[in-house]
Formats: sequence, structure tokens, C-alpha cells
Amino acid sequence: MALPSYTETRYRIWHYVYLAICTFVFFFLIAPLFVIFPLSFNAEEFLVFSEGMKNLDPDAFSLRWYHDMVYGTKNPWGLAAKNSFIIAIFATIGSIILGTLAALGLSSRHMPYKGIIMATLISPMIVPLIISGVAIFFFMAKVGLAATHTGIVLAHIILGTPFVVITVTATLSGFDHSVTRAASSLGSNPVNTFMKITLPLILPGVISGGLFAFVTSFDEVVVVLFLAGLENTTIPVQMWTGLREQLSPTILAVATCLIILSTLILISAELLRRRSERLRGINR
Amino acid sequence: MSSETKQILTTDGIPLEVSLKKAERKNKIRAFLLVAPLLLFLIITYIFPIGEMFSRSIDDKMITNMLPKTFKEMETWDGKELPSEEVFSAFYADFKVLVEKQEQGKLGQRLNKEKNGFNSITKKLLRQIKRNKINENQSIKEQIMKVHKRWRDVEYWQAIKRTAPPYTMAKYLKGMDMYYAADGSIAQVDEDRRIHRILWLRTLEIALFVTIFCFLMGYPIAHLLATLPMKYSNLLMICVLLPFWTSLLVRTASWMILLQQQGVVNDFFVLIGLVTDDNRPEMMYNKVGTYVAMTQILLPFMVLPLYSVMKTISPSLMRAGKSLGGTPFVAFWKVYFPLTIPGIGAGCLLVFILAIGYYITPALVGGASGTLISNQIAYHMKTTLDWSFASAMGLMLLTGVLAVYWIYNKLVGVDNIKLG
Repeated sequence: MALPSYTETRYRIWHYVYLAICTFVFFFLIAPLFVIFPLSFNAEEFLVFSEGMKNLDPDAFSLRWYHDMVYGTKNPWGLAAKNSFIIAIFATIGSIILGTLAALGLSSRHMPYKGIIMATLISPMIVPLIISGVAIFFFMAKVGLAATHTGIVLAHIILGTPFVVITVTATLSGFDHSVTRAASSLGSNPVNTFMKITLPLILPGVISGGLFAFVTSFDEVVVVLFLAGLENTTIPVQMWTGLREQLSPTILAVATCLIILSTLILISAELLRRRSERLRGINR
Repeated sequence: MSSETKQILTTDGIPLEVSLKKAERKNKIRAFLLVAPLLLFLIITYIFPIGEMFSRSIDDKMITNMLPKTFKEMETWDGKELPSEEVFSAFYADFKVLVEKQEQGKLGQRLNKEKNGFNSITKKLLRQIKRNKINENQSIKEQIMKVHKRWRDVEYWQAIKRTAPPYTMAKYLKGMDMYYAADGSIAQVDEDRRIHRILWLRTLEIALFVTIFCFLMGYPIAHLLATLPMKYSNLLMICVLLPFWTSLLVRTASWMILLQQQGVVNDFFVLIGLVTDDNRPEMMYNKVGTYVAMTQILLPFMVLPLYSVMKTISPSLMRAGKSLGGTPFVAFWKVYFPLTIPGIGAGCLLVFILAIGYYITPALVGGASGTLISNQIAYHMKTTLDWSFASAMGLMLLTGVLAVYWIYNKLVGVDNIKLG
């Protein structure tokens, strides 16, 4: 953003002030994530930078908290990670299937009562989580699914589908329906048309909705706190109890792993977005 | 379609209009069937339970079912003086049924909530019945009144009568620090016990300020991202998207490390000489911590909708404004800013709604001041097990959120919400 040469001084000054503000905000957004990396390698038990770390003394760094995370006695992280992944994967699959079907129906111009149905479908995203948590807990307790994996998976499908519905409907809004009509006129049945024509074209939207659903489930703590028993503990629940009781550096080791995971998710989401833009470019 | 001869027929001989309608209906059903699984799933597991929260929050059938005869006799009682012999003997009959089912304790506890002192006098009555001290051939009223002086107090009978309706708004009143007084009118809780009002105000205050901070910080960077050339803006976008995809608890943990008294932020303040080493300010376990952490966590939700709106504004509009004699500030204020209002609306709505239901981050970094309405709901759900009160507070919060949503829909239109 180079300034034109005729810019007056005061606008020039304002421009640099503006850039300084932006730099500060970007720093504010991203810097907190980076404080976790070095501290997770701390050799000591305290969550502050020791003198040794400030002087870059190799002895001040160690992998002991990562070791503790994996092999520590009575440590909950293994079980929590297993639960988190199982729950998130099943919740994602469920959200994708239900959400994509619903989005296909909603994008049809024949769909009756579109407004109110859309509002119902995305309501779990608008209603504050704590209220969703209370309502879902009442339901799960009544049907006997509280403190089961199934109950938590169902709860996360509720919370995850709005993202799939929104992203897939958005992808379908740029969708050229003449290709499906062409397929039908060439003798393809609807299921075949969907699998061979529609699905490959809307796949980026489906997957990015799925990523949202995965992260929602993987990161969700409010509803799980209501539903989970001891065996259903997940990574966020363990972090929540850990942060409340005593901040141990093991949490930072876990957090570092989670940041790496979110970086991977970010990269895949970004690649998908670009692919989807390219595909839509061809359609036009 | 005035006469039969003009009607257009399909090859099957069916009028075209009918045939088209049939096809249309078929399409409608097909579209609806695609939506049906999710819709049904959500209605059963989500929408219906929210309705159940409502019935739970006003439900007061417990005593209604425990004292059916008493309430029937009480219908004719004016509630001013002690009730008649019939009411007393009906109460005695109901109570004996409860004793057989060993449920008199529940009655005592529930009535005790209505008026203090019921628990002990129901226990006393129980003891008299167990010892067969009550002679059913004599006046029950006289004998019950002898059990304890509170049974002679009309206020206790008024309290019983108040529990007669199967539904009550008491939980909602409690959520606003009000209650039903002895005469049935609505009264305020003592000034020093109005905890819920403080929580509502604090929740609102934090949500409002976090929204304002997010707007002030999000607007400039969304503008920068939208106006920079693609290759730079994609790189900077990572700064927004990485926190967006990172676990909420990870980000809260990093703020707990940064803001603690020996933390990096305080180290930095000491380094630049803002504060002295032995005088480090407390930045966590108070509102400062809550504001800072929540602003950083919710900022991406402000930036993304703003960015997607700003991206669609052509830069030539600003140039036109300037070439027509506006200074850059005027051109910005009169041309650019009004065009970004849908984005501002969407961002502010998202952040405000997320902030008002927030609970994890304030509970961890806010200390005593981090207790918000959501914490209170969770507390009653998990600790006191007063689920009807939790439901009532949840629905009050939901009403507030829906009101904000409705206002937003009137002002800006919900269709402008975009994700990334």
C-alpha cells in the first residue's frame, strides 16, 4: 500500500499510525500462541521463563513434559486423546451426512418454508452453548445416553451440522444445475448423478464444513462437561480441569500439540478454499 | 382455461396444468425428504428439549400432587384467618398418605423454601403421628395447632396455599432477585443479596465492551487485509485464521501464562520501566484479564465478516470520492464506512452473541469477577441440582439473545452472515 507522492503530511502520518495499529493487532492475535512453544520445553516446573531459558542455556530446556504427557503415571491424556478423536470423527461423519442432505434439499427452489427451516437448522449455532448444553443434557438424561460416547457424539452432531449446512449451501449457490440435468437426460438415476456429478463438485464445501464440525467437536467443552462421565473425558475437559486446579507444564505440551494440529487444519482449509474458488471459476 | 377445448393436454391426455402441479409437488416432497432427517433429528434432540426447559422452569406440580385434598378444601378459604377444621383434617389426611410413602421429608424441604421453619414443624407433626398422639375422633385442627406454635400462624397456611398452582413464575422472579411475598405480591430481595442482577449486568457489560474492543481492533485490520495485494493479505490472514482454528482452551492457557504476575507482559512492563519490579500490577483474576483474553479469542469472528464485506467494495469508489473534492477522511466516512455497515452488523452480532454466553475463559482468567450468568447456570445444573432454576435462567438468557438477533434482523438482515 504505497502512498501516492502527492499525499499531504498529515495523511502520511495518519497512514503510518494506521499501519502501526494494524501491526499491533496482528501481534496481539498471533503472539499469545507462540509463548506456549518455548515454555513447554521448560526443564523446571514453573510456568515462567527461567533465567537459564532467557540465556538460552541448553540445560534449561528439556522434553520431560512431553515424556510426562505420553508416559506419565495416572495420566489422563492418552484416554482423553483417544476419546476426543473417536467422538470428533463420528460427530464429523454424522454432521456431514445430515448436513449435506439438508443443504441439498434447502438449495432446491422447490423447498417449502425455506426461511423457517433454515432458521431451525442453524439455531444450535445462534443459541448460547450453555443453553444448548442444558437442553441436550435433559434429552440425553431422559433417553439414558448421558455419560456415553453415543450421547456426546449426538450432541456434537447437533452443534456441528449448522456449519456443514452453511458451507454446503454456499457452495451450492454457485452450482450450475444444468450439469445434473444433463446427467439425467443422459439416463443417469438421481443417486448416480449425485455421486458422479454433484458430490465431486461440492466436495470442497462438504469437506470445509466437515473441518468446522471436526474442530467444533474437538474443541467443545461446555456440553461435554454436562454429559461426560469419567470414562468419556476429552482433551478440552482435561485441559479445563488442569487449568482450574494446577497449571502444570504438561498442559503446555498438550497445547503445543494442539497448535500443530490446528496449523494442519488451517492449511487444509486454506487449500480447500482455493480449490473451491478455482472450481467455481471454471463453472462460470 | 375458460373452456375445455382450449386446455393444453400432455401426451397422456392429462391437462398440462395438472401434470405440472404433480411434478412440482413431487419435487417439493423430494426436497423436503432431503431436509427431513436433520430437521427431525434436531426437533427431537434439541428444539423439543428447549421446550422441556420451559415446562421444567415453571413446573411446581410436586406439592400440588402431594396435598390434593388440602388444596381442594383451601379453594373456599379466604386466606385471611386460620383455615377451617375441614382444611386441617384434609391436610392431616394428605400428610398421613405421605408418611406411609415416606415422602413427608420432601414436603418439608419444599415448603421450607417457600417459608423458613416448615422443615422442623413437619418433623414435629410426624413425631406426634408416629407416637399415635393424634386422636382422629377429636378436632384435628385443635390437635395440630398444639403441635407447634407455627401451625397456629396464618402465614404458614398462606405459604401452603401459594404452592397450590401447578405452575409458578417463582424461578424467573428469583433470577431477577425478586420473590413472592406472603400476601402473593412481588417483592424485591434485600439490597445486599441481589446477586443475580449483578451477574446480568456484568454479563451484559462484558459482552458490550468485548464487542466494542473487537470492533475497534478488527476494523483496521480487516480494511488492511481487504486492500493489500493478495500475496501479502493471504500471509497476514494466517494471523487471523490460526487463532480461529486453535482450541479455545489453548488460547486461554496462553493468556494465563502471559498475564500472570511473573508473566511475560509484566516482565515487559518492568523492562520498559512502566512499573517497578516489586510493584507488578495484577492483570489476571479480574476484569482486565477477561477483557483482554475474550477480545483476542473473539476477534476473528469480527474480522472475517468485515473482511468478506470489504472485499466486495471497489477501490475506485474511494478514488471517486477523493477526486470529487473529498479529503481522504471525508471520502472514508461518507463513502467507505456506510458500505461496510452490513459487515459491522454481522461481526458485532456474532461477537456479542458469543460473548454473552461465554463461560470457560472468564471462569479461568476472571477470578471472582469472571462469574457470569452462564457460570451460574452451570453451577445450578451441576452443584445445587436446581435444574428448574437453571432452565429459567437459561431461557431468560435465550430471550435476550433472540431479542438482539431480532433487532439485528430488522436493521441489517440475517442473510448477510458469512463464514470466512
